[in-house]
Amino acid sequence: MTQLVLEQALNGLQFGLMLFLLAAGLTLVFGIMDCINLAHGSLYMVGAYFVAAAAQAADSFWIGLGAGVAGAAGLGLVLELSLFRQLYRRDHLSQALATFGLILIANEAVRMIWGPQPLLLNAPEALSGPVEIGGFFYPAYRLVIIVFGLGVAGLLYLLVARSRVGMWVRAGAANREMTEALGVNVQGLFTAVFVFGAALCALAGGLLGPLLAVQIGMGESVLILAFVVIIIGGIGSIRGALVGSLIVGTVDTLGRALLPTLLRAALPADAAATLGPALASILIYLLMAAILFFRPQGLFPARA
Amino acid sequence: MAFYRPAHYQKPLVITLLLTLAMLPPVLDAWGQAFYIGFATRILIFALAASSLNLVLGFGGMFSLGHAAFFGAGAYVAAMCMDNGISDALFAFPLAMSVAGLLALVVGAISLRTRGVYFIMITLAFAQMTYYLFVSARVLGGDDGLPLTGRMTLGGLSLTSDGALFYSALGCLALVMTFLGRLSGARFGRTIQAVRDNEARMEALGYPVFRYRLVCFALGGALAGLAGALLANLTGLANPNLLQWTQSGTLLVMVIIGGVGYLYGGVIGALVLLCLEEVLAGFTLHWHIGLGLLLIAIVLFAPRGVAALFGKSNG
Repeated sequence: MTQLVLEQALNGLQFGLMLFLLAAGLTLVFGIMDCINLAHGSLYMVGAYFVAAAAQAADSFWIGLGAGVAGAAGLGLVLELSLFRQLYRRDHLSQALATFGLILIANEAVRMIWGPQPLLLNAPEALSGPVEIGGFFYPAYRLVIIVFGLGVAGLLYLLVARSRVGMWVRAGAANREMTEALGVNVQGLFTAVFVFGAALCALAGGLLGPLLAVQIGMGESVLILAFVVIIIGGIGSIRGALVGSLIVGTVDTLGRALLPTLLRAALPADAAATLGPALASILIYLLMAAILFFRPQGLFPARA
Repeated sequence: MAFYRPAHYQKPLVITLLLTLAMLPPVLDAWGQAFYIGFATRILIFALAASSLNLVLGFGGMFSLGHAAFFGAGAYVAAMCMDNGISDALFAFPLAMSVAGLLALVVGAISLRTRGVYFIMITLAFAQMTYYLFVSARVLGGDDGLPLTGRMTLGGLSLTSDGALFYSALGCLALVMTFLGRLSGARFGRTIQAVRDNEARMEALGYPVFRYRLVCFALGGALAGLAGALLANLTGLANPNLLQWTQSGTLLVMVIIGGVGYLYGGVIGALVLLCLEEVLAGFTLHWHIGLGLLLIAIVLFAPRGVAALFGKSNG
C-alpha cells in the first residue's frame, strides 16, 4: 500500500509539473493580456505533433523535442502577430469565439497532415527501463520528466521573480496601464510571453507524448485542467500556477488511484464501484468550486 | 449594450415565417427530400437551445461556459422517462425542464458569487462535473449514452413521424420565442438588462441583483432542458457528448454569430451555423477549417453578429 501511494504520489508530481508548463503560459496570457485563449490546448497538441514528427524524421527523441519546441515557438509568433494582437482589446466573448475557431482549424489541420491515427512517439531507448529508488522501482523516463519539470519550474521562477523582464511581466499582470505609462514596451512583452508560452506547451506535449497518446483532441481535455489550475492559483500568478498544478496533479492522480479502494472500505461494494470513478473524476472540479467559493480570487491573486 | 426593444414590423414577418415553416414538411416530402425534415428539426431545436443561452448571456450578461450541462440533462431526463415507461411528452418535457432548471438554480447559486472570468470557469467546472457524473453512472449507459426505445407521444399524438416531431419542435420554439419576447419587454427583462449594463446602479436602486440573475440563469437552464428533451427524441439517444464543454462552445458560437442580446440572435445563429456546416461538409471533408476561419473573420469584421446587421431592432 505505501508503495502504491508513493508511486502514485510521484506520478502526481510528474503530472502536476507538466500541467505547470501549460498553466504558466496560460496564466500569463490570461493575467497580463486579459485574453481568454481556448486554443492554448491546441498549441500543446500541435507542439506534441511537431515533436513526434521531428523525432521520427531525426530518429532521436531529444533532437525532435528541440525542433518541435522551436517550431511551436515559431507558430506562436505567427499567431500572436497575426491574430492575438487584434484580440487583446476585445471582450472575452470575441476572444472565446476566435480561439474556438482556432481549435477547429488546428484539429482539422492536424488530421489533414498526419491523418486520424495517433502518432507514435517513443521515449529514448536509454530511459525505457525502470530505476530503483529507495527499495521500489520507478520508470526512468517518468523520473527524467520530473527532473525536467523541476528544472524548468526553477528557471521560470528565477526568470519571473529575479530578472528585469520578469519584473515587467509581473508589473504588467498587476497593472497594465501603469506599466505602459512607465515606458515598458508592453506590446513586445506580450509577444515574447505568448511565444514563450507556446514553447512551454510544446515542451509539455513532447515530454508527455511517450506516456499519453499523441492524438487529435488531446488538447481539449488538458486545456480544461490548465484552466482549473490557474483559477485555483489565481490568474496571472506564476507562483499560483505552480501550487495549483501540484495540487491538481496530485489530487487527480491520487484520487483516481486510491478513492475506489478507500470507498470500498467505507461503503457497500456496489455503491463504491459506481461512486468511486465518478468521485475521482470530479474531485478537482469540486476542489476548484470549493476554493472559488471561499476565495473567489484564487489562492495567490496577482491583482491585490 | 443597448436595451432590446421588439420592433413593430417584426410581428407580420414572424407570422409569415411561421406559416412558411409549417409548409416545409409536406413540401420536402413531395420533393423527395424527407431527410431535410430531420435537419430542419435539428435547426429548430438548436435555435431553442441557443436562445436559452442568449437569455442568460445576451440579456442577463452572464458569460456561462457550462450551458451544455442543462441541455444534456434535459436529454437524459427524457431518456430516463422512456426507460421508466413514461412516454408522454406532456409529462416528460416539463420534468426535463424542471430538472434542468433546478440544476441551473444550484449551479447558479454558487457560481453567481464570482465575477468575470472566474464565473466563466466555475460554470465550466460545474458542466464538467455533470459530464463526469453522467458518464460514470452505469444506469445512464456510461460513455455510450442512454438510447430511447422510441419517440414520445404528445398527448395522444405520436411523434414517431419526422413531420410530427418537426411541428412539435416548431411549436415549442414559437412558444418560447413569444415568451422571451414578452419577457424582454416586461419588468423582469428590463431589470436583468439594466443589471447587465450597470450592476452597481441597480444594486444602489435597491434591486435584488443576485436574485434577478439567479432566476434568469435558472430559466435559461430550464429552456435548455426542453431543447435537450426534444433533441433526445430526434436522435433517439441521450448522448454524453451533449454535456461536453465543446457543446457549450458550439451554443456560444451560435449566439455570438446570431447576435448577443438580440431576441432572434440564437435562432439566426443556429440557422447560420448548422446550414454552414451542412454546406461546407458537402464541399470538403475538412470543413472544420473553413468554419474556424469564418469564426475568426466574424470576430474581426462583424463583431456584433448577424442580427446587428438588421440594425433597427436595436433601440
